[in-house]
Amino acid sequence: MPTVEVTFTPLPAHVRTARLVATAVARRSGVDEALLDEVRLAVGEACSRAVEAHRRHCPAEPVKIEMTDQGERFVVVVSDHAPGSAPVSVGANGSNGHAVRHDPVADAVALVQGAEEAGIPAGFGLAVISGLADDVSVSSTSTGVSVRMSWPSAVLTA
Amino acid sequence: MDLKLGHYNKDGIEVVDVEGEIDVYTAPRLRELLIDLVNKNNYQLVVNMEKVEFLDSTGLGVLVGGLKRVRAHDGSLDLVCTQERILKIFRITGLTKVFGIHNTVDDAIAAKGDK
Repeated sequence: MPTVEVTFTPLPAHVRTARLVATAVARRSGVDEALLDEVRLAVGEACSRAVEAHRRHCPAEPVKIEMTDQGERFVVVVSDHAPGSAPVSVGANGSNGHAVRHDPVADAVALVQGAEEAGIPAGFGLAVISGLADDVSVSSTSTGVSVRMSWPSAVLTA
Repeated sequence: MDLKLGHYNKDGIEVVDVEGEIDVYTAPRLRELLIDLVNKNNYQLVVNMEKVEFLDSTGLGVLVGGLKRVRAHDGSLDLVCTQERILKIFRITGLTKVFGIHNTVDDAIAAKGDK
């Protein structure tokens, strides 16, 4: 059972709230202060991706975040329920839940060459997450995509 | 905190001051400002990010979109940023190779003069 579970309407305005909650729970779980910016950014990226997927495929469905203090690891799972929202690379090799790694520089070049004013290439946010969390996996199922990230945390005695 | 935007002209270069958080919710406002400036024939831009508290990939996309627009007119878009937590996202995405990133607005303007 997650330490904290949050669901929110897939609106961009709520992404800020989601990352603030994640940061607060991470701090409470003993994640080092130096890593909290990374947690905030990575969770924000995952939520932004999920919100965009829901807005395209199922705007009435909420996005879910599960934050779990596992003692030595703080785990965040952001799940969407948008079938067909999987990043291209996930469909190719990540459907079994193995970590999906992106080449940030290649993605950046793709971004420069292909950026549209309406958005950025799918997967760029995941590239950012990969650069922030030392443990990332993306799982795609018929019902949606889950992004699982974790960071080391201290075991709190209080 | 929300996003605050301002801009002024210095030595013929349009400087955009950005304060607060640039994310999926607020980035469209920055995008609109950059598009508006380019539509008014401002092709030499400096975006001052010294007061930016948060930047995500949506914000990066807006900056890259702005860069593409000014480059289409042989212009340039440079950044001012010394905050490590903001610089980090440029580094991990490889965008430090795409943008000129300077310590001060004056440095950014001087660099444009040198080009």
